[in-house]
Amino acid sequence: MQFLLDNFWDLSVTGLTQGAIYALIALGYTLVYGVLRLINFAHSEVFVTGTFASIFVLHAFGLGSDDPVPSAGMVVLYIAAAAVGAMVASAATALVVERVAYRPLRRRNAPPLVFLISAIGASFAISEAFGVLVDRNNVRVPNLIEPQTQFHLFGASVNNRQLLIVAAAIVMMLCLDQFIRRTRLGRGIRAVSQDPDSAALMGVNKDRVIALTFILGGLMAGGAAVLYDLQFGVTRFNAGFVLGIKAFTAAVLGGIGNLRGALLGGLLLGLMENYGSAIIGSEWRDVVAFVFLIVVLMFRPTGILGESLGKARA
Amino acid sequence: MSEDRMLDVRDVTLRFGGVTALDGVSFHIDRGEILGLIGPNGAGKTTCFNVMTGVYQPTSGSVVFDGRKLGRRKKHQITRLGIARTFQNIRLFPEMTALENVMVGADARHRTSVLSALFRLPRHRREEREGRERALALLDLVGVAHRAEETARNLPYGDQRRLEIARALATGPKLLCLDEPAAGFNPAEKAKLLELIRRIRDDGYTVLLIEHDMRLVMGVTDRIVVLEFGKKIAEGAPAEIRDNPAVIAAYLGVPEDAA
Repeated sequence: MQFLLDNFWDLSVTGLTQGAIYALIALGYTLVYGVLRLINFAHSEVFVTGTFASIFVLHAFGLGSDDPVPSAGMVVLYIAAAAVGAMVASAATALVVERVAYRPLRRRNAPPLVFLISAIGASFAISEAFGVLVDRNNVRVPNLIEPQTQFHLFGASVNNRQLLIVAAAIVMMLCLDQFIRRTRLGRGIRAVSQDPDSAALMGVNKDRVIALTFILGGLMAGGAAVLYDLQFGVTRFNAGFVLGIKAFTAAVLGGIGNLRGALLGGLLLGLMENYGSAIIGSEWRDVVAFVFLIVVLMFRPTGILGESLGKARA
Repeated sequence: MSEDRMLDVRDVTLRFGGVTALDGVSFHIDRGEILGLIGPNGAGKTTCFNVMTGVYQPTSGSVVFDGRKLGRRKKHQITRLGIARTFQNIRLFPEMTALENVMVGADARHRTSVLSALFRLPRHRREEREGRERALALLDLVGVAHRAEETARNLPYGDQRRLEIARALATGPKLLCLDEPAAGFNPAEKAKLLELIRRIRDDGYTVLLIEHDMRLVMGVTDRIVVLEFGKKIAEGAPAEIRDNPAVIAAYLGVPEDAA
């Protein structure tokens, strides 16, 4: 307990950084749920695809895992290229999952359980594909950022990597929020999530809206993947498993189907994990996360901000 | 076929398992007319709407709209051909503002791509602005303009009904189908609705009206088709329908409140 009090602000900074990544992935679960009332369990692999894609991009630039950190200007270029690669790869994976694993079932009016099985199958297939084709061990990310303390906040040191991760996550979420709220396509997504049948009768092309939703979730997961690579410096074919469950937890915590809920849930989960593991030991990190979820759901069964993509008004 | 034919329902039969919801129904709607579709509860009026808007596929028979068979077109494709509808039980997007509800309808006409929406290119911005202006004009037409920014769920009942009409008009239809638009209205509201339907027709739309209130139907329609148990039992001008013994037996004999 004393450790928590002594390091409260440091733990908060770490927790928010971790939470920002959870939140970006959680958005993908929540978007798809809002439109299809389906948990896309293959979303964790949409994320993993991004972590590998960004490494491939960096390798293509000739960066090796043991190379020193490049000059600042080049780092910006490399990160931007890795981000584009990861986002495109993740969005493409999400779209393929929807086309192959879900759309055929939707055409045949399959019951919800069948979608779930299909989702888990797609998840394993993609994960194992990376295990077989790339590596079954950890794959290291070229060094791009040497963490350096930038300033102190209530005695906690904040480094450049943490700043980048939180800032990038916030910018991406703001863009998504504006897109959903202010554009025609965003309006289509909200219309389908509120009433799919009357949306179709108002001329909204449901299949296009669904595809777009998967793409948006994929873009967010791709962004999260680059930030994850920068933060941990390593990925793995099954890295999505625990992270995916955490992000899903974050989505449920905030209120699934609710974009702001995903943000709130992600950040809270990151914080609680860090506080909890400071009190009872870091081996209890995952236990803390799920106990926190259960406690919240006992009092707010639909999550902190409540369900529904429409209700959140994006 | 004459140029004036807007919609042709040809010998449409629809069965759900052993139940025959529509049994060889044929009728047509001419361009610019207001056609009333009436009948007792369960006669198949809404089912008929659902066939025309692609919710159901007929078991046999066909629907021809503006010279084209609807065939197996999807709902959003039929909307883009030019059929729009409202719902018997209100089906607005409850968490959107009145304006946004109408804009969803207007969006059906727009052509911007994902990319231009993402980057808010000039074309997307122009279409947004036009869609917004058009939506506001339609809200004004139905008399809900002063509540444009309110969430649909919070609108008074009558405004929700009128908002549905505005949303349907926003899709740019040739044929507007109204499913009991006066349900739950008081006489003053009904009179205003009657006026609105006439104005919509005068603006160049063709209207198909399902309604229980006989005074409303008789007052606004050019022709009436009567359904009972999924079959057409009569068709003609309001005055003829009023005096048709089969119709009186099937429908007019039933007190309005029970209908």
